[in-house]
Amino acid sequence: MPIQPNDTFARPLSRRRWLAAAAGLVLGLTTFSSARAADDTIKVGVLHSLSGTMAISETTLKDTILFLIDEQNKKGGVLGKKLEAVVVDPASNWPLFAEKARELITKDKVAVVFGCWTSVSRKSVLPVFKELNSILFYPVQYEGEESERNVFYTGAAPNQQAIPAVDYLMKEEKVKRWVLAGTDYVYPRTTNKILEAYLKSKGVAQDDIMINYTPFGHSDWQTIVADIKKFGSAGKKTAVVSTINGDANVPFYKELGNQGIKATDIPVVAFSVGEEELAGIDTKPLVGHLAAWNYFESIKTPANEKFIKEWQAYTKNPKRTTNDPMEAHVIGFNMWVKAVEKVKSTEADKVIDALPGTEAPNLTGGISKMLPNHHITKPVFIGEIKADGQFNVVYKTKDLVPGDAWSKELEGSKDLIGDWVGKKCGNFNVKTNKCLGSGS
Amino acid sequence: MLATTLYRLRTLVLAALLIAVAAPALAGPFEDAVAKFATDDFSDTEEAIGVVASSGNKLAYPIISALQDERLMFDADSKKVYVKQADGKIIDAATGASVDSLPDSASPVNLNNRLRRTVEAALGGLTLLSPDLAMRTTAAQSVFKSHEESALPTVESALAKETNKTAKQALAEARAAILLFKSEASEVDKLEAVATIKARGDQEAMALLTSIGDQPPLVAKAAAAAISSIQGNLAMWSLVQNAWYGLSLGSVLLLAAIGLAITFGVMGVINMAHGEMVMIGAYTTFVVQEVIRTRYPAAFDYSLLIAVPLAFLVAGAVGILIERSIIRFLYGRPLETLLATWGLSLVLQQAVRSAFGPTNREVGNPSWMSGAFELGQITITYNRLWILVFTLAVFAILLAMLRFTALGLEMRAVTQNRRMAASMGIATSRVDALTFGLGSGIAGIAGVALSQIDNVSPNLGQSYIIDSFMVVVFGGVGNLWGTLVGAFTLGIANKFLEPVAGAVLGKIAILVLIILFIQKRPRGLFALKGRAVEA
Repeated sequence: MPIQPNDTFARPLSRRRWLAAAAGLVLGLTTFSSARAADDTIKVGVLHSLSGTMAISETTLKDTILFLIDEQNKKGGVLGKKLEAVVVDPASNWPLFAEKARELITKDKVAVVFGCWTSVSRKSVLPVFKELNSILFYPVQYEGEESERNVFYTGAAPNQQAIPAVDYLMKEEKVKRWVLAGTDYVYPRTTNKILEAYLKSKGVAQDDIMINYTPFGHSDWQTIVADIKKFGSAGKKTAVVSTINGDANVPFYKELGNQGIKATDIPVVAFSVGEEELAGIDTKPLVGHLAAWNYFESIKTPANEKFIKEWQAYTKNPKRTTNDPMEAHVIGFNMWVKAVEKVKSTEADKVIDALPGTEAPNLTGGISKMLPNHHITKPVFIGEIKADGQFNVVYKTKDLVPGDAWSKELEGSKDLIGDWVGKKCGNFNVKTNKCLGSGS
Repeated sequence: MLATTLYRLRTLVLAALLIAVAAPALAGPFEDAVAKFATDDFSDTEEAIGVVASSGNKLAYPIISALQDERLMFDADSKKVYVKQADGKIIDAATGASVDSLPDSASPVNLNNRLRRTVEAALGGLTLLSPDLAMRTTAAQSVFKSHEESALPTVESALAKETNKTAKQALAEARAAILLFKSEASEVDKLEAVATIKARGDQEAMALLTSIGDQPPLVAKAAAAAISSIQGNLAMWSLVQNAWYGLSLGSVLLLAAIGLAITFGVMGVINMAHGEMVMIGAYTTFVVQEVIRTRYPAAFDYSLLIAVPLAFLVAGAVGILIERSIIRFLYGRPLETLLATWGLSLVLQQAVRSAFGPTNREVGNPSWMSGAFELGQITITYNRLWILVFTLAVFAILLAMLRFTALGLEMRAVTQNRRMAASMGIATSRVDALTFGLGSGIAGIAGVALSQIDNVSPNLGQSYIIDSFMVVVFGGVGNLWGTLVGAFTLGIANKFLEPVAGAVLGKIAILVLIILFIQKRPRGLFALKGRAVEA
């Protein structure tokens, strides 16, 4: 969920964030400064916000990587060396992400970095990873339209989450009218653009699509929920496709429940609501609303059950939930370990070349594979919210879906592919047979 | 209309209605159907619902209603299905015999949305003739939604027996909906049906009328006329609705700003940590609810009443502490105050994050704050209504306190002319501390109410600080009435702009309007006059 909490009129806030960053920095330094390490360890950078607005989502991912490193070290580490985590706190401050990334690569000399959540933080560290030629694993579902040599995208691209969800609603729920509701920033806007083009290609009329954006942290949903209700009473089955960002979801769902919109009337399918977000809500009025992910905690496979048990033991919290971006980190981490062991080196160029084609089991029973466009293959699940805050899987794609770096639905990107194996290019135009290069 | 997709339930509802006419129970198929619940397969479950609902077995209603509430359990190993009754007793779904305990491997039968609709329609058919009034009304409404032809005889016999006005109306509407969709119904009946549905006059009625498809010309004409009449009616109601939403948003703004109206408006302290006082109030509510949940679950509905005074005390105490330790050294130096309170707000946020974790905390709605009721054609949610009432009460109490108590008098004296007040023997620094504590305490109370509609997270306060300053500056610094009028004006303006301009542009437009307004009247709506202003 690439979030970019950048309220349109939060000028004073942005200065405020600077202070937040400074305070977070001090805290980060005191809490997490890693001991000067001996040379016989391989360092792994963890670049997740531990303070500020994104701490709510990213803290868990930091813990996930620490957990994975711990497990790997129990198995003897990698290439005979122990792994060592270097944790920094970019404090939900986008420029600080770039600074911290530079610090990790140049000062701490980490072999690989796992990090970022919002698209804007990823964009901010991109030039650093390119310049210093290092590796970033990015674990969150995002809007696509990107394929970089130094980045490996283990979260879902739109064709691995949004499109299958819409297909499900069309087929199973016979939905004819669509509300695309999102928070006002790049991920929902791009995703909705893709979805709008997709729906129109399926014969949905413009009048049957309502697009609505709200500011970050929107808390007064009365008008919008009433609008949705009105839009839904035009005699056709209506559904809401929600790209609303994590925090604003709680009041949104509360308002839906209070105004009596049930999933059997107007189902809401969300791309940013997982087990963790639901932990803050009374889910009884929400039973039946949907979410599309590549992983659900409730999926019963031996691998998942083992992971949940070990994770809860590691965090010493028997109720600690797991979620989709965590699984993405698990897959990414295991792929990196495999690639490093294959080339017997942590050197960035060698690992980058070895990663495409590397396979790692996902927690839901399949084997994910790193593709030449640096995205991975993933299963897609649609789950309905249950009264206990978990998801009941009602649909699963038969095979793993390969991630498209460039959407086939958009005019500007339908001819582009990312191929870092054959073409050595992130935006290769298959029509003109040319690489657009980094300039575009 | 949404429920038009329910057509697939035709046979099912017909079947369900048969029991109402008391078909004899057949042992074999019923038990086979019940066993199908144990396969955990959606299409088997759907089939089972159909057979069970039409079986006429007296277990049909308990089974289907248990299915709806996730109380129907199945054991995959023994293929047995159990009903966990509302009172906790367990019976075998196939035989009705009571069972001592569920096997460990039992789990609830899963539903998806399609099946949930099936269940609703089946229950509607099963309960049309129920002795319980509320059940009959709900059943009539679900028949209105599914407008299954097969339900017509039952609806008509229910209608003939019905004595309650509301239920009768609901049944008449259900009958009208069925007739409209029944191709062989007479034109007279159909015209009458259009009139009945037109009288209902809400969005569902309009949705139904827009989806009736091909009709005889006279009926189609009547339907079109009814649609446009309902539309006109709804347009008028949407104005009322906007006004209500505006009042509701205004009350939230007022609640958040009212504490600031004291610390900033009356005392002149630019308190950037105001939002964190709100947050502390919300976390106090969380702690109170946690204690109640674990110790006295029965008292959950009173949790907010207990939280209000506690939040006032906690936030007020933190406020006094802040005033004594930081702000009193910075009076008359607004820039330093701003920076110090800013830093303080970050410290408080990080402290709460360390103590309670970065994730949202669940604060539940007591039953009297959940749900909504219909007023004409608008839906009014209880939580918003109570917040409006609560805000006005807090405002009135605060106003009375400032006017009629000794402390209020001293506060006004000190803020209007500090040196004169000191000369008259008022302990000004004590009054300063208490005033700041009062403002913070009220922010804490606001937190209790806001915990009902917003996230309880360390960032809660941040989202309200800008709005609060906006309200106080717009309303006129130093004037509580200004804050009241300012909050409601902004709330209503925002809600009338939002449907036109969208939430994002609407908010921007409001900000621009305020800036223009401040150019014209720099001291806000209700400017203070007199020497106090110059001081």
